[in-house]
Amino acid sequence: MLYLLFLPAGIVFAAFFIVPLGQLFLIGASGRDGWAAYAAILTNRNYLHSLVSTTLLSAAVTAATLLISGIAGVFLTRNRFAGWSALVAALTLPLAFPGVVIGFMVIMLGGRQGLVGDIALRLTGEHLVFAYTMTGLFVGYVYFSIPRTILTVMAAAEKLDPRIEEAARSLGAGPLRVVRDVIVPALKPALLSAGAICFATSMGAFGTAFTLATRINVLPVTIYGVFTEQANIAVAAALSFVLGILTWGVLAAARTAAGSTVAAAG
Amino acid sequence: MRQRGVSFWLLLGFTLFVCAFLIVPVVMSMLAGVTVNYQTGISSGFTLRWVAQVWEGYSDTIFRSIGIALACLACTLVLGVPAAYALSRAQSGFARAIEELLVMPVAIPGLATAMALIVTYNTLGNFRTSWTFILVGHVLFTLPFMVRSVLAVLSVIDLKTLEEGAASLGASFRQRFFTVVLPNCRPGILAGSLMVVTLSMGEFNMTWLLHTPLTKTLPVGLADAYASLRLEVGSAYTLVFFVMIVPLLIGMQMLARR
Repeated sequence: MLYLLFLPAGIVFAAFFIVPLGQLFLIGASGRDGWAAYAAILTNRNYLHSLVSTTLLSAAVTAATLLISGIAGVFLTRNRFAGWSALVAALTLPLAFPGVVIGFMVIMLGGRQGLVGDIALRLTGEHLVFAYTMTGLFVGYVYFSIPRTILTVMAAAEKLDPRIEEAARSLGAGPLRVVRDVIVPALKPALLSAGAICFATSMGAFGTAFTLATRINVLPVTIYGVFTEQANIAVAAALSFVLGILTWGVLAAARTAAGSTVAAAG
Repeated sequence: MRQRGVSFWLLLGFTLFVCAFLIVPVVMSMLAGVTVNYQTGISSGFTLRWVAQVWEGYSDTIFRSIGIALACLACTLVLGVPAAYALSRAQSGFARAIEELLVMPVAIPGLATAMALIVTYNTLGNFRTSWTFILVGHVLFTLPFMVRSVLAVLSVIDLKTLEEGAASLGASFRQRFFTVVLPNCRPGILAGSLMVVTLSMGEFNMTWLLHTPLTKTLPVGLADAYASLRLEVGSAYTLVFFVMIVPLLIGMQMLARR
């Protein structure tokens, strides 16, 4: 009976995900280079460069997001004040904004008519435009990742026992040592899983880069270019398959390390 | 009230700054959508001209997105709720492996899933050019959220005892499923539904590859408008999107707080 209940989902999933993914894997090897297409991400200078810059960008986004959300999340868990719920609501509102819209938010801040540009113009006399560069992409991915990460950090910080910090303090530990030796280790599983989601989404995100309409060489944009402009379906298939394995692997590794379930991100 | 130290005010300032970073561009884009000339500023006056222009050019994408989101919700309910129940009852390594598999479309980039669907079903009749092609992608992407959400509720209540009670009173499996299991799942189904509709309305990574000129969705139209129309029109379009999506997001927050 239980299997019967699962059957509809199983059939749809097999027909529209498992089979297509297998097909993608085979098509990846159907091009001029055969199975070597799967090594192209390392052997082709363009693709390798794209992989390296995407990885560096994602690592930077992850580090910045964890720092920002860690500070804000722990602060919000420890303190209650007037307007607290409104602040938390505002911080988590962009949770499910699509990448395209986030790209537009970056344009609002750092585009040709952007807010930061206007402020910079008034302060320094120079118009600052960063939206259409790697910096813009970085800002967009951090924007995207903050709401989810703050929620994860807050959920984990709720469970911290303040008495351990008291004990550390009474033993003479300064505020920085308490953060480094007590709070961060206790939050480690949450930070690890939130960081993995952040990293994986940044590796595979496409919408933001698309809106910023840059020639930024990140992997999803490269794959899209190979697919549409060069119409090289075999290489595009191989590259996207490798990218899929990569992001899935990061999430799976973090889940094993953190020992808890990771709700992956859009 | 205890005395707040310097560190409190510093951290509050930092948190408020982060909040401004997230919210200010949202407010700016909403204002820009109803401003006569954004370059000149609000002093140029307010207008609904841009919203009207969006409605004229893109209302079909709005209705298509709502339609796909509702169809997607129906699919995830029919497929996901029974599946979640089955997974909760079959707590074994096998069930965990299945759950792991179901989450894969979320873990791997939409670009890869979309490409896999295209290379497999490109030649299958009219499927490629129909809106159901997009629906399939959305169902794959949102199904894990429905399953997870229902599973989360099922794992806290003692459904087994409830069901045994009903069974001992002579309720058939069918009766138990509809009168005991489903009502108990309600909070999870509600939270999952809001998430599914929100995600489907905003899905772009997959949809950009899956759509055809006749099956544009709202986010696809947005990307279009950002690339080719003036900032005010893009903003007005974003405003329309926010008006649709923000109530859903607030609903999710309220559910989570309960």
